Amino acid sequence: MSDDKKLGWKEIPEGGLIIKAGNSATYETGSWRSSRPVRDVDKCTNCLICWVYCPDSSILTSEGKLTGIDYYHCKGCGICAEECPVKAIKMVDEKEFTD
Amino acid sequence: MNNKITAITGNEAVAYAIKQINPDVMAAYPITPQTALIQKFSEYVADGLVDTEFVTVESEHSAMSACVGAAAAGGRVMTATAANGLALMFEILYVASSNRLPIIMPMVNRALSGPINIHCDHGDSMAARGSSWIQIYSENVQEAYDNTIQAVRIAEHMQVRLPAMVMYDGFITSHGIECVEFLDDDKVAKFVGEYPPRYPLLDINHPVTYGPLDLYDYYFEHKRQQAEAIKNAQKIVLEVAEEFKQISGREYGLFEEYQLSDAERAIVVLSSTAGTTKQVVDELRVKGEKVGLLKLRLFRPFPYKEIAKALSHLKAIAILDRSDSFGGFGGPLFTEIRSALLDSEKIPQNVNYIYGLGGRDINQTDITSIYTDLEKIVETGKVGERVKYFGVRE
Repeated sequence: MSDDKKLGWKEIPEGGLIIKAGNSATYETGSWRSSRPVRDVDKCTNCLICWVYCPDSSILTSEGKLTGIDYYHCKGCGICAEECPVKAIKMVDEKEFTD
Repeated sequence: MNNKITAITGNEAVAYAIKQINPDVMAAYPITPQTALIQKFSEYVADGLVDTEFVTVESEHSAMSACVGAAAAGGRVMTATAANGLALMFEILYVASSNRLPIIMPMVNRALSGPINIHCDHGDSMAARGSSWIQIYSENVQEAYDNTIQAVRIAEHMQVRLPAMVMYDGFITSHGIECVEFLDDDKVAKFVGEYPPRYPLLDINHPVTYGPLDLYDYYFEHKRQQAEAIKNAQKIVLEVAEEFKQISGREYGLFEEYQLSDAERAIVVLSSTAGTTKQVVDELRVKGEKVGLLKLRLFRPFPYKEIAKALSHLKAIAILDRSDSFGGFGGPLFTEIRSALLDSEKIPQNVNYIYGLGGRDINQTDITSIYTDLEKIVETGKVGERVKYFGVRE
């Protein structure tokens, strides 16, 4: 029902206005996910096709290499798994995870 | 006060109020019985007597949408409508209030279709009673003029920031000519003051987003804010009324008590029927009957504590609704008042009369018969049918 971490009605801008730009980064959409993309590091060639296709900018990279997946924002759409040319990403049902 | 007295219709008086308010934007579509208001105001625009950007739209849905855009941009914005026009605005009424845009809208009460009808009842504004708009009802032309001016200050108050609709009865008040005391232009201009914008879209140094997706995790909190804001409006209504009295000499409250304090029987009613009822109260008082009237001015927010306090000493109350809430336990006014009275130590006998739908007249003989009904209820202790349809052919 309630989430103590979220702000109360007296603390948020009125009317749902966004008065501070770029706040979507702090908004969790990962909880919408029903299945999670999991990467097989051994199979991954770092071609970054997944990074190109991800609609939520959830493929994390550093110096041209895939470093992880941003589960705080990933909605579990599965496009990365579908597009991966070496099938290094699998969609795993969220019930398999406890976090 | 030396303000000028003019014989004028309700619509023209309200158009004059809008001219004096001189809003930044007016977006409106004509509909009977509001048409003469828009027509008169468009003359002021054509004659260059106002600075208002008048947006002629293709529907009321567009009218309210244009108002939302203009208000979010940071302007003082007005429109006006009636009945089916209000119904067509319905979706955007909620967008206006949820975005906390203090749009002002004279709303001329008319029966909703169907069957199609152009005359007065309150079914239109009552349908919007949960839309988080402030609702103020006017008995006559003077009140329609005064309430329009006061609504600006109430809606725009920083503790409120909600839109407001000002009701007056279609044809009875909108087209009836009455003597009205207008305030001087400069007094009204000073009273409404400069529009205080909040988060205007045109302030490009402080960019904001209006109307983003708002799901289960924040929508409820935003609704809770609205509930608080409209509750705040009650005290602001009184503050603004006090200030208005200083410039007009006319007194306004949450409601008007007419011969009520020592009354045993009373009628509760909105708008023009209150005028008819006052006449009857005067006549019956001459005969020594302890009858009174409570005329509600503010319906949203509903001042339930104050109303219960004002009514609890009575023996019997007739609550008159000029609209039905089909399938409900009585009309909208009845359910609110009956519920408000539940916390009183002594609950007066109460009965609901649904009357005047589609403009059916209610006259002094009718009102007298309702006071007679109440007398019988007091004598016998029996209410009979709790919700009555008054003046309908069986």
